[in-house]
Formats: sequence, structure tokens, C-alpha cells
Amino acid sequence: MYDGGKIIIGLIIGLGLLLSPFFYNAGKAAKAPDPELTQKAKEAKVCVAPTTYMRESHFTLLDEWRHTVVRDGERYYTSDDGKKYYKGLQTTCLDCHSNYSKFCELCHNYVDVDPYCWDCHILPEEKK
Amino acid sequence: MMGVDRREFLKITGYAALFGLGGKAAMDIFAPGELEASMQGPPLTEGKRWAMVIDMGKCLEQQAKGKDGCKACTEACHRVHNVPDWGNPKHAIKWIWQDKYEHAFPDQPNPFMTESVRHQPVILLCNHCFNPPCVRVCPTKATFKRESDGIVMMDMHRCIGCRFCMAACPYGSRSFNWGNPRKAPKDLNPDYPTNRDYPERSKGVVEKCNFCAELIAKGELPACVQECDKIGAHALTFGDLNDPESNVRTLLQEHYTIRRKPELGTEPNIFYII
Repeated sequence: MYDGGKIIIGLIIGLGLLLSPFFYNAGKAAKAPDPELTQKAKEAKVCVAPTTYMRESHFTLLDEWRHTVVRDGERYYTSDDGKKYYKGLQTTCLDCHSNYSKFCELCHNYVDVDPYCWDCHILPEEKK
Repeated sequence: MMGVDRREFLKITGYAALFGLGGKAAMDIFAPGELEASMQGPPLTEGKRWAMVIDMGKCLEQQAKGKDGCKACTEACHRVHNVPDWGNPKHAIKWIWQDKYEHAFPDQPNPFMTESVRHQPVILLCNHCFNPPCVRVCPTKATFKRESDGIVMMDMHRCIGCRFCMAACPYGSRSFNWGNPRKAPKDLNPDYPTNRDYPERSKGVVEKCNFCAELIAKGELPACVQECDKIGAHALTFGDLNDPESNVRTLLQEHYTIRRKPELGTEPNIFYII
């Protein structure tokens, strides 16, 4: 092999550069987000479903809502405790959770999802 | 040994069979309607056939009052549904709009027509056809006719923007979003979005009048009708065609009405008193 030493050094440097992000971030876990509740959400105490379900599966519920509202014209949702809610992302969900940047966005960024809800649905105005 | 004797066993199976067979009947007796109620939402417009009667005489009377005619219904509708003004007719989004009589009713050519109608503006909107051609061509079923009340709806989540429906609609009732409505010129839309309770659309979807399905669900009249009543013109009447005693059926009995391009067999649900 001609210039074997140079090639091997080059390979080592190349591999090192390739793996550098892993070494750089080794041992450091990204901080889990801590979404904030608005005053209104705190006072309401209950969401349309239990907190754990909402945390893990709110998108399933939203998908069901959009389907039943748009296609079946069923605009009301009855929660497990018998309370009736008007199905609406903008009118019901965001009415309480009006702090997009400190609630929705934190977790969406953390798990690297980019829901396209906001292409059409209007985000609440937040005080800077 | 803890056993169940023969007598005990027969008793248990007997009760179980009784309850299993009688479960629904028992529910109907002790809690009537509860079982069905838990399975479906409140019936909102079940069994209706929504329609509109437009009284041209009253509309033109109101048009004559203003210097630039009257655009109250269009403005109200577009405000409620966040329809932007692009300032370019090629990009215009139309839910309810106006065009000349000759363009609205091209199948009624008449060179000696009365001047009270010729070249006069006609209010146009989606006809919510009984037999909608747009629904037939949609490859994703993004547009569909609601079986409960006949409204031709758009499911924006499902629209892929192929524009087959626009080609199929003989009334030009559908508009394509060539750009993101949020990027519509600011000087023409200073306070856009005008209704924060209603969504916008994204670039690349087709939209049209939805007969204010969201207002009807609350028991309100469509925004255009509300506005027309508010200014005192009362040119638009909204009601149920399936009910022989309804306001629209009464108007249709009392007046001679026409519909747009009836020869196409789409069965429009918008009627015009000329």
C-alpha cells in the first residue's frame, strides 16, 4: 500500500470528525421539557380526559374530534365524568391552553414532531 | 371442597341468561334513551334539506340604495370565515359573491329583457346541489354531501388540491388557494384573521361556502342571512325544503323561482325570485 500511514491517519481523523457529535454530547441527556399551565387551565383542574391520557394521546383524541365534527357533524364530546364539551381545537383546547410557546411547542420540539395543525388553525395571541 | 351444587349452578345461569337477554330491554324501561344517547351526539340537523331563497327584487332595491351597491352579505361571510382579499381576481377566494344576471343565468338569453334585471348583480354562492358533481369527482372524498341535511362540505384535512371539483362544478363556486392566506396583502387585509374562532386554510386546498355548518349547529342562521336581515333588506331566506310548512317552501309556493343551470340535473338548492 502506497502512503499507508497517511491514509490511515486520514481515516482516523475522518472517523473522529464523524463521531465527534457523539463524544461531544456523551453523558448529557437533553432536558425534559416542563410545560406550563395557564392560570385558566390550573383553575379548571380537569381537562377533557385524564392528564396521563392527554399527555400521551391528545393527538388521537384530536384526530377523532376532527373526524367526527367535519364528517359526521357531531360537535359535542362527553367526557368520562359526564361533562359536555364543544369539540374545537381553537375554541375549546386553546381557550385554556393559550400559551403555545410554553405548552404545546416545548414537547413538540423535544420529541421532534411538526404537527401541521397550525397551518390553518390560529394560534392564540400570547403576551410577550 | 368449595363447590356449587346443581341447584346453585342453575340459579346462576338462569339469572345470567335473563340479564343477557333482557339487558337492552331493561335499559329501555329503567333509563329510556340513555343507551342510544351515549352512542351519538345531539342530533343537530337530522332529516333536513337546507336551502336558500334569494329575492332579487329586495336585493336590487338594497343595491340601489348604496353608491357601490351592497356587499354586506359577502363582507360578513368573508369576515366570519377568514377569507382574505388577494386584490387579484385570478386568485380571488369566493364563498358568496356577485355577478351579472347574464353570467349567472346564461341559459336564459333574452335580448329584450327588462332593464331592471339586465346587467344587474346577482348574489351567487355554492348551490349545495342535491346531486353534486364536485362530490362525484373528488378522489379523496374530501368533499362530500352530508346525509343528515344535504350540505356539501369540504374536509380541508383531506383535500389534496387536485382541483377536479373546480372543473366539475358548473357554477364556479369553488376557489383554489394559490397562496397561503396568511400571506395575503396586509394593506387589503389589515385585521386578518378576522375571526379567531374559525380556522384559516393552507396553500393548495380548494374551499367554498359551507352553508355556515358551524353556525347552523349552534341553531343560528348563516352569516349572510343574518347580515342581510340586520341591514333590513331581508333578501335571503334560509330554511328546510323537507318541511312543507317551512319559510322557504312558503316562498317557493308564493313566487315563481328559477335556479341556475337546472338542465344539468344537479338539483341546486338555491332558488331565485326574479
